[in-house]
Amino acid sequence: MAHLLEIKGLSASAEKKEILHGVSLFIDGGETHVLMGPNGAGKSTLGSTIMGSPEYTVGSGSILLDGEDITELSPDKRAKKGIFLSFQSPIEIPGITLSEFLRNALEQTTGKHMKLWDFKKKLKAAMDLLDMDPSYADRDLNVGFSGGEKKKAEILQLLILQPRLAILDETDSGLDVDAVRTVSKGIDEYKKQTGGSLLVITHNTKILDALTVDKTHILADGKVAAEGGGELVEEVISSGFEKYIKKER
Amino acid sequence: MKEKTNVNDIDRSLYDFRNEEDESEYFDSGLSKEIIRAISDEKNDTDWMREFRLRSLEIYQKTKMVDWGPSIEGLDVDNIVTYIRQKSRMNTDWEAVPDDIKDTFERLGIPQAERESLAGVGAQYDSELVYHNVRKEVAESGVVYTDLESAMHDERYAEMIRQHFMKLVPPTDHKFAALHGAVWSGGSFVYVPKGVCLEIPLQSYFRLNAKGAGQFEHTLIILEEGSYLHFIEGCSAPKYYEAGLHAGCVELYVGRNATLRYSTIENWSKNMYNLNTKRALVEEGGKIEWVSGSFGSHVSYLYPMSILNGRGASAEFTGITFAGEGQNLDTGAKVVHNAPDTSSYINTKSISKSGGISTFRSAVTVNKNAEGSRSAVNCESLMLDRISRSDTVPVMDIRTNKADIGHEAKIGRISDEAVFYLMSRGLDEDSAKAMIVRGFADNVSKELPLEYAMEMNNLIGLEMKGSIG
Repeated sequence: MAHLLEIKGLSASAEKKEILHGVSLFIDGGETHVLMGPNGAGKSTLGSTIMGSPEYTVGSGSILLDGEDITELSPDKRAKKGIFLSFQSPIEIPGITLSEFLRNALEQTTGKHMKLWDFKKKLKAAMDLLDMDPSYADRDLNVGFSGGEKKKAEILQLLILQPRLAILDETDSGLDVDAVRTVSKGIDEYKKQTGGSLLVITHNTKILDALTVDKTHILADGKVAAEGGGELVEEVISSGFEKYIKKER
Repeated sequence: MKEKTNVNDIDRSLYDFRNEEDESEYFDSGLSKEIIRAISDEKNDTDWMREFRLRSLEIYQKTKMVDWGPSIEGLDVDNIVTYIRQKSRMNTDWEAVPDDIKDTFERLGIPQAERESLAGVGAQYDSELVYHNVRKEVAESGVVYTDLESAMHDERYAEMIRQHFMKLVPPTDHKFAALHGAVWSGGSFVYVPKGVCLEIPLQSYFRLNAKGAGQFEHTLIILEEGSYLHFIEGCSAPKYYEAGLHAGCVELYVGRNATLRYSTIENWSKNMYNLNTKRALVEEGGKIEWVSGSFGSHVSYLYPMSILNGRGASAEFTGITFAGEGQNLDTGAKVVHNAPDTSSYINTKSISKSGGISTFRSAVTVNKNAEGSRSAVNCESLMLDRISRSDTVPVMDIRTNKADIGHEAKIGRISDEAVFYLMSRGLDEDSAKAMIVRGFADNVSKELPLEYAMEMNNLIGLEMKGSIG
């Protein structure tokens, strides 16, 4: 059977500079993968390219979802097929409330109309779980949110949209201990509710506490430098990335 | 949207229908003393008005063309029909309005709006008002809402009009003010007595059906002490290849502690030159609130001015301009602080796309006697592609150091990052862009009358469709 996500020999560049040089990996349904690597290794590029960001141009290779080539699809079509990206720096959109936006996005991804009342109930439950003040629902999307609230709002979207594959791009960075715990709780809930897959881009283990890691990929210099199970995370945390980085002469 | 409500249909085809024209009712195009006299005869003008028109014509002929804004070369005033005789007199009974005209306003939703949410309605078709009516209880409160010509021939208001007509905007102001003084026709007269507060709005709707013609309506509103009025004006015209001209004039007198809210939605077709002049004089403690949506016309020059003439008077201007393909819209606001402790707040948004040009101009003057005054000007522009343009030209003339003045301008392009963010949540590119534009316009659209806010949102959606270049 085809993998949920399969990346084959993917190279991608931004402004003519190649960042990913032939990355291959696959993720199956229900699995949790961790993507680690030094700064500048191309982790965010990989996450954004899977989502279809116009910032990056795919040079060669392909991205398959359920065996279907989605390399050329626009981001909205990928979202409709069940891919989600939690942004490292979520964008502020003035004049559109979080609730209005999310309801719109939900209707777009599912193609179904949802009663306002049902949506509000669903939203309220998810916000409670994330310790978000209900007033955030009526505030403009991400506008004036603290770093922590922005990340919570991303996980809120994850819980409402319930994708099949969620890419979390440093969702834990810049968060205090309590906020990381709350965000982890949200991710755990997503797993429980949907059995969806995760690709977690991170530098530390706290966000992984509640999760069972199936596979770890180490990305260095735009290539997969090593792969292993959950134990690889611990090893990297204690001894760093040095052995994966090619020494330049 | 489930169904059509008031004046809110957005499908441009709704505005874009024409009625048969009866060319025998057209006056000759161009300008001459003979034509001006003929208009005076037609309208049975008083002597002072006859003279006023002729004097304005002289001023027009002596004044040089405006040359500081967008080009108006495509406008040949000599080929504009300045007056079109109406086949029927003004009516207060809707049923008496001729069928083709009635049908026009029915299609624009005016009678329905009157029934549902307005205290009174005026409808002008080409040069003349065809319908004017106010609810009984409004009339009983002493409020006058009629066409200017009728009021001028009514001895109760004749002198009042003479004292106020084109005193705020004299014919010497600029060439098109002079033209207006010479050929003005139609428009509304509103008088709100002391202490009367109208809870529901009055609305005038201006429709220019004739091709190659001009509309020169004059709106004169006088609010006595402590009164309140919300006045709404809407404009539209079908599309022709010949240039059309709108050179209306609005004069607003806001008495002590009175408040006037003046909302405009202008959706002229894209062959129109909209050279409109609006001015308000505000007495002590009074307030003028302008809400202005400029969506139509080929070229617009529009900068409503507020003259704050009494202590504590204030002005608020909220505006949105949307310039699409082939449009050059030069809009903004002017304020003169001419008394102590006056305040003004200008907040505008402009959007340009598909090569449209949107220019924001503001002029704030704080005179020496306006100590303790405050003014804040805020303008934001959003360009949706690389071929569209946006400029801001703020001018400030501050003659006292005891005033608090602020200005903020932001010009930006729609961000690819923001579009990607929304698309990553399942919105297609058109919807993502429309959502960003709607959000951008949000704090202005909230100020518009509900049906117009809906119309604007629909318009944005429509304009964004297939806009991807």
